[in-house]
Amino acid sequence: MLYREAGDFKTSYASDSQTFPIRFDRWRYWAVVAVAFGVIPFVIDDYWANAVAVPFLIYAIAAIGLNILTGYCGQVSLGTGGFMAVGAYACYKLMTAFPEVSVLIHVLLAGGVTALVGVLFGLPSLRIKGFYLAVATLAAQFFLVWLFNKVPWFYNYSASGQITVPERTILGVAVTGANTPAWAKYLFCLVLLFVLAWVARNLTRGSVGRKWMAIRDMDIAAEIIGVNPLTTKLSAFAVSSFYIGIAGALFFAVYLGAVEVGEAFGIQKSFVVLFMIIIGGLGSIFGSFAGAAFLVLLPVLLKNVLVGQLGWATDLAAHVELMIVGGLIVAFLIYEPHGIAQLWKLAKEKLRLWPFPH
Amino acid sequence: MNAETPVEAIPTADDRKIGPVLMEMKHITLRFGGVKAITDISFDIREGEIRSIIGPNGAGKSSMLNVISGFYVPQEGEVWFRGARRPQMKPYQVARQGIARTFQNIALFDGMSVLDNIMTGRLTLMKTGLAAQSLWWGKAQREETEHREKVEKIIDFLEIQAIRKTPVGRLPYGLKKRVELARALAAEPMLLLLDEPMAGMNVEEKEDMCRFILDVNDEFGTTICLIEHDMGVVMDLSDRVVVMDYGKKIGDGTPDEVRGNQAVIDAYLGVAHD
Amino acid sequence: MPDTVFFALEVMLNGLMAGVMYALVALGFVLIYKASGIFNYAQGVMALFAALTLVGLLDGQVPFSHLINAIFGTDVHHFPSGLRDLFAAGEGASGFTAMLGRILGILIPVLLTAAVMVVLAWAVQKLVFRHLVGQAPIILFMATIGLAYFLEGFGDLMWGSDIKALDVGLPKGINETLERVTNEAFGYGFFIDNLDIVAAIVAAILVVTLTLYSQYSRQGRALRAVADDHQAALSVGISLNYIWVLVWSIAGIVALVAGIMWGSKSGVQFSLSLIALKALPVLMLGGFTSIPGAIVGGLIIGMGEKLFEFFIGPLVGGATENWFAYVLALVFLVFRPQGLFGERIIERV
Repeated sequence: MLYREAGDFKTSYASDSQTFPIRFDRWRYWAVVAVAFGVIPFVIDDYWANAVAVPFLIYAIAAIGLNILTGYCGQVSLGTGGFMAVGAYACYKLMTAFPEVSVLIHVLLAGGVTALVGVLFGLPSLRIKGFYLAVATLAAQFFLVWLFNKVPWFYNYSASGQITVPERTILGVAVTGANTPAWAKYLFCLVLLFVLAWVARNLTRGSVGRKWMAIRDMDIAAEIIGVNPLTTKLSAFAVSSFYIGIAGALFFAVYLGAVEVGEAFGIQKSFVVLFMIIIGGLGSIFGSFAGAAFLVLLPVLLKNVLVGQLGWATDLAAHVELMIVGGLIVAFLIYEPHGIAQLWKLAKEKLRLWPFPH
Repeated sequence: MNAETPVEAIPTADDRKIGPVLMEMKHITLRFGGVKAITDISFDIREGEIRSIIGPNGAGKSSMLNVISGFYVPQEGEVWFRGARRPQMKPYQVARQGIARTFQNIALFDGMSVLDNIMTGRLTLMKTGLAAQSLWWGKAQREETEHREKVEKIIDFLEIQAIRKTPVGRLPYGLKKRVELARALAAEPMLLLLDEPMAGMNVEEKEDMCRFILDVNDEFGTTICLIEHDMGVVMDLSDRVVVMDYGKKIGDGTPDEVRGNQAVIDAYLGVAHD
Repeated sequence: MPDTVFFALEVMLNGLMAGVMYALVALGFVLIYKASGIFNYAQGVMALFAALTLVGLLDGQVPFSHLINAIFGTDVHHFPSGLRDLFAAGEGASGFTAMLGRILGILIPVLLTAAVMVVLAWAVQKLVFRHLVGQAPIILFMATIGLAYFLEGFGDLMWGSDIKALDVGLPKGINETLERVTNEAFGYGFFIDNLDIVAAIVAAILVVTLTLYSQYSRQGRALRAVADDHQAALSVGISLNYIWVLVWSIAGIVALVAGIMWGSKSGVQFSLSLIALKALPVLMLGGFTSIPGAIVGGLIIGMGEKLFEFFIGPLVGGATENWFAYVLALVFLVFRPQGLFGERIIERV
């Protein structure tokens, strides 16, 4: 009898448009937040942080970013890897140029730099639509990766061509570099994800979000009712790239520590993040979380079962993973184009009516 | 009704006051490649009136509406709005001047709820920026609530309270048309363009829609320009009618005048050969 | 003329030849797009899959051998004889028999692979796109990305992911006649790979055949009808399902041809499907609906990237071929969104 909306009357428009209109959902949300901030940091170890928690948090930020552009504004991008690389290299250059400034500022500024680059590559979106645009974003992907590979200034002329993160601290605790404790990595990413997800939610429920969705659903009609397509699309590119840039900065600074651009931010990265939002749910913040969790956990699970339990070769497990991911993408597009988020919503609707289904 | 009344003040059945000219089309010509969709058409729309454009299929009516809303740019001719010549504008700029419209083939945003669709009508009136909205604090939330109140009034007016949170994709045709009207009204337009608002409706739905159109015109004083095929509806609703055929204007005047116009009769019934 | 001019000319010619290879892949895209409105990202992986299957048949690999070995603990990898050797005549055979054996040893695996591609086309239509009829183009596009991943995993699982050599007896190496003739004429010998020349000839034959087929055969007419208007085609009694399977099959066979050419040139490996990505900018230049566009687009991209690398590459650190095609297409599209030969888009409401 917990999961009910009967008797839960809304007396103002503000409370009617809140994120979790059902009281039980609000409780559960705060419970999840409490566990994420109050329990996990104390129990997390290096394996869980590096294999699951930190990649999940970072991918979730990237997925929210791409979801803003693709899920909300309808502009498919295959340049996510390239934009993550911009975030990573901007963060690296800032960290090495201004070592006395807080790394938090650097990460946010890296997002800002990526937003500018995103707007630049978003300019053609006014004239190019649909998969023409998707292919056009490949230009960003390949050009940016090439740029960071070929211009030594970006990797400070290091002999290996790699970038390696220096150690930085926040409040005396290392958050980047080799000596970072697992809980610090986790908490740093968690705080950023928490704030960014909240901001994304705010943007998507207000007039900015409606403009994005109007362009997505029918761009011509949107323009005729007064939506400026250029500024709307560019704002989506900017916000989306800001998120993706931050994700790239964290991926480099907190997760990997050292990066070779083609390997870490190649075209495969673009596809992984795109798959996350398809499987999780296009146009849904929760879906971004679900998709990121799913695609981070799936390889870990497959590896544990196929390689760990059955003793298969790793490359064999990788092939099976490709098939499963590809098959799932197709299956979701056929049966549930709105992904896990929609499945979750349907389940909740059933639960709300349970045990009387009508 | 007296067809001889001078144009300056047309008294109508319910004696509404028709104001000065709001929009004037002067010698509009529109071509697609070699095809002329509209040839040298001029007419005006006065404040507070219901102005209809009629004509057989392919007469160029929808193209005319698209010219008014800035979607098509005519090769020749001028558009005057509120006493000034309108420079060439993008459609969204036209919308911001206070011209709203509905579409012949419904153009709602299928991925959004009815409420969100109608709220998009108010986008031209909402002012808070990206930064304020990202925090959902103070001004952004207050603005959202204010506009929500306005939209709820329109929802009440069009009697669609029950479907407020339904995704529009699930609605039947007639209700979609009504939601589209609601979205256009939400913009509080000075001039409302309706492209076949009654196409494909049954008699009851048509009656409802007629009532809404008259009420909008009456209560909000909104000027309406309307394309419609149903002659009965047009003659009942309109203050003045433009008749088009093959991209040319063949008649203009009150419903009675138009009904008596030989060119119009020929266009609709064919020319007698015997 | 100074040698640098000749060298640039040679670079250009080689670029043209590379462009033919891109065009071969692009052709498959155009076929499917015209008939079904599906932008088939998996075309490159289909070429890879076809090449893998062909190598497997030629060499007599056991399909799924890695999987079988992992599950049953066995150690199988090859059949006693591949199809190539199966037909090879014995030691003392006469010239004609030996020749016949060699031809059959190549031809039969190629035909079998073509059959596999037809089955694949049928399965893709039956399992995927029949359930996605009427969806937005971008959804279909994303589905083909999923399909590409699946097929890549499937191909690797079936035949293994190691790099394989593909030899179907096509001539290789520098064409010496051309070198000698040009050397005598200009004092500068042009280096053109024999394989590239064969590829150009094959591409030409393919285009002519496809054009004739779509102009004059019954299925070709139905195909053009479907490309024009699905509803109308349906109403005059054309089975859409049949046409789509047909078109995916043809695209599969085009993929096989592309796979043979690419595979012979640089080995059968994953990067083949990445090279095929270059077909995308080719299409953006040429327009998605035009077969001549695919060819011209391919030639422009192939030539452009080679020349750019030759003249500008050394100034900026080289490897510009990684991105030149995409950036060229992007810049071009901003000014002409429908491509070189595509039809102009008139927007309506």
